[in-house]
Amino acid sequence: MGWEVIISPEFGHVALIIALCLAVIQSSIPLLGSYVGIQRWMELAKSLAIGHFVFVAVAFVCLVTAFLQDDFSLRYVVHNSNQLLPIRYKFSAVWSAHEGSLLLWALVLAGWTAAVAIYSRSLPLVFTSRVLSILGMIAVGFGLFLLLTSNPFERTLPFPPVNGSDLNPLLQDIGLILHPPMLYMGYVGLSVPFAFAIAALLEGQFDSAWARWCRPWVNVAWVFLTIGITLGSWWAYYELGWGGWWFWDPVENASFMPWLVATALVHSIAATEKRGVFRSWTLLLAIFAFSLSLLGTFLVRSGVLTSVHAFASDPERGLFILVFLSLVIGSSLLLFAFRGPAIHAKSTYTGAAREIMILINNLILVTAMAMILIGTLYPLVADALQLGKISVGPPYFNFFFVPLSFALLVCLGVAASSRWQHTASAAVIQHARWPAAFSVSLGMLLPIPLAVWFDSPGYSMAAALTIIAVLWVVAMSLQDLRVKMNTAPLARLSASYWGMLLAHSGIALCALGVGLSSVYDSQRDMRMEPGDSVLVAGYTFEFKTVSEIQETNYRATRALVSVTQQGRPVAELSPEKRYYQSGGQVMTEASIDGGLLRDLYVALGEPLRGDSWGMRVQVKPFVRCIWLGGLLIGIGGLVAVADKRYRRRRKTLDTAVNSLTEPQLEQSR
Amino acid sequence: MHLIRRQRLQWVILMLVTSSMAVGLVVYALGQNTNYFYTPSQIAQGVAPIGVRVRAGGMVVVGSLERAADSLDVEFDVSDGAVHLRVHYSGILPDLFDEGQAAIVAGVVDANSVLQATEVLAKHDENYMPPEVADTMSAAYREANGLGGDY
Repeated sequence: MGWEVIISPEFGHVALIIALCLAVIQSSIPLLGSYVGIQRWMELAKSLAIGHFVFVAVAFVCLVTAFLQDDFSLRYVVHNSNQLLPIRYKFSAVWSAHEGSLLLWALVLAGWTAAVAIYSRSLPLVFTSRVLSILGMIAVGFGLFLLLTSNPFERTLPFPPVNGSDLNPLLQDIGLILHPPMLYMGYVGLSVPFAFAIAALLEGQFDSAWARWCRPWVNVAWVFLTIGITLGSWWAYYELGWGGWWFWDPVENASFMPWLVATALVHSIAATEKRGVFRSWTLLLAIFAFSLSLLGTFLVRSGVLTSVHAFASDPERGLFILVFLSLVIGSSLLLFAFRGPAIHAKSTYTGAAREIMILINNLILVTAMAMILIGTLYPLVADALQLGKISVGPPYFNFFFVPLSFALLVCLGVAASSRWQHTASAAVIQHARWPAAFSVSLGMLLPIPLAVWFDSPGYSMAAALTIIAVLWVVAMSLQDLRVKMNTAPLARLSASYWGMLLAHSGIALCALGVGLSSVYDSQRDMRMEPGDSVLVAGYTFEFKTVSEIQETNYRATRALVSVTQQGRPVAELSPEKRYYQSGGQVMTEASIDGGLLRDLYVALGEPLRGDSWGMRVQVKPFVRCIWLGGLLIGIGGLVAVADKRYRRRRKTLDTAVNSLTEPQLEQSR
Repeated sequence: MHLIRRQRLQWVILMLVTSSMAVGLVVYALGQNTNYFYTPSQIAQGVAPIGVRVRAGGMVVVGSLERAADSLDVEFDVSDGAVHLRVHYSGILPDLFDEGQAAIVAGVVDANSVLQATEVLAKHDENYMPPEVADTMSAAYREANGLGGDY
């Protein structure tokens, strides 16, 4: 009895309102203080940020408690939970729909803001107070959005239902427990470099020391985004039931576009830190990265696009985010137009210098983002202009993305052996001879055994190009490592360097998975009865039996499929068709035998006449490399953040920055 | 000064050439890969092109689903409330596909006004109706009731 009374949903509601009030103060007073020079006002920012976090956390805990206690007097709980739901899914159901996921958004934003408040001691007070104020403004926007249009604490009183209508079965999965928080950490993490960029523009100054402070934040946000997207793709692969891992769906694009820009930002801020170049470009990328994650939120939450992620939605919410989005983008770009030109660098670089390679990287990534943006928004624009209802198919995205990725990989190989400021093209060519010969010859040869192995008709040029590009990246990176080892022992190499190598290998591994699984994928949809067998890519799939099973909140038909290769048993698969009792939904649970080199994938379709079933049987070579690659990229990013440099220089940075900005403070007074 | 101007001009020309190439490619690729959405009524009236990939949608008519006895071939009608469109599909239907539910199909309309679908979509939220289908239904409803279509 006791704690149910203590933790009531109303407390959550009140906590949200208090958090909003704190955010309002946080967004105005410290900023004002930084202009009029009142130190006490500026110092307020940190405690407000932490207070804001505490109150949003209280609201979140209240909602979690409501779910765990089956409090069906809350509308949100009624729609997304059920007494029969296993406890871990009651927990993840908190962020399974609009209101709760926005609350999670707000919590994550408050968490990032509090982290900035705690770890910004090395920065001048004027600057931190502005950064925190800007983060406060974003918190005000989302706080209002939550309270005005999407309050998760809305009651169904006076007649609450006895039971809830259950969580969508597709979302009853470990993938959903992890995917949204990771993705949000990434999305919202991009608000830190954004706030930083705006504060730098207000200050009219952005130098290497500040770029060094900002860099780990960019990296961490980017790592979360990478892992979030990877998890999402993996979840779609095994849970949506049909073995696809990327659909160029508007909602996927919405997460991929900020990732592309954030990747560009990770590189360009490195150049800003090391060489002081691309300063205004870095700031612009920071603004775009966060704007795109807001756009993503708009696309997902407004329901304007047809998508596999589309939920029943409310136009009022869409309008709110659209207005917020225009305010954020409009004001920050306006600020950039006025202040951006003041922030430029004088620096030179020649030949195949790393600066040039980073510029090419940025160009390719931003171009890719622009193409995806056009493809994603075109149907919206066409609809608004009464040009008809249009959808843009995956071939459009592949048409641009495949050649751009190939170019990116080729340049990545060259970049691996480039140096800052000056790299003679001749030296790069010298370096590249062996890796080029190795990758091209092996890349041309390997598709021959692969075609035999996976029973694929003929020689695949696409596979050859994929392998060439991937081997090229790996060989050039190793070549560079070899050169570095000639001058310094392995232990002397920095964590940033290892992080870069890992992340670049991750990109290569991911590209390998994408390329080869697309080329050598075999899929058969057919009608099968127990006793039938089918040969796919050298594997014999035999449909043995079907049985009925009963679990806590669903019953299922389970098929037993045994897989053999030339008479040798390989795997026993048991795909299921589940019927969820409370909501009456039907769901396909695929069965996968995973491996580094190939996945065997069986999914049950519908029951047909008699004992026969529709069945999808797939052999997907190298598909696991896609997610392993994504994971490796994330690990690389984390290793880079662990670099000693970010900690060691904190003290020196402190003094350097203070001496730099005291006159600035005077000026702004 | 002269040199700088020439360099600037080169940059401007380079930017113009690359951006117009990019625009050209985008227009080409969009032209090749956009699928227009038509209502069953529009397809019945012959508005939709024959032999080109289009999308259509509506409610799956109750009792219209017919399966072949020995393959995965299936036929059903989708309706916008006014006209029934026959759809032929060979493959596994999505889990939430059902008679009386909204569905979107993509494929080619043949000479007999049957849509040979290569893709059938039913959305994963049971309360969700794709915006196209919602518009279609309300337009057909208005027309059927003599309210006039304003789409």
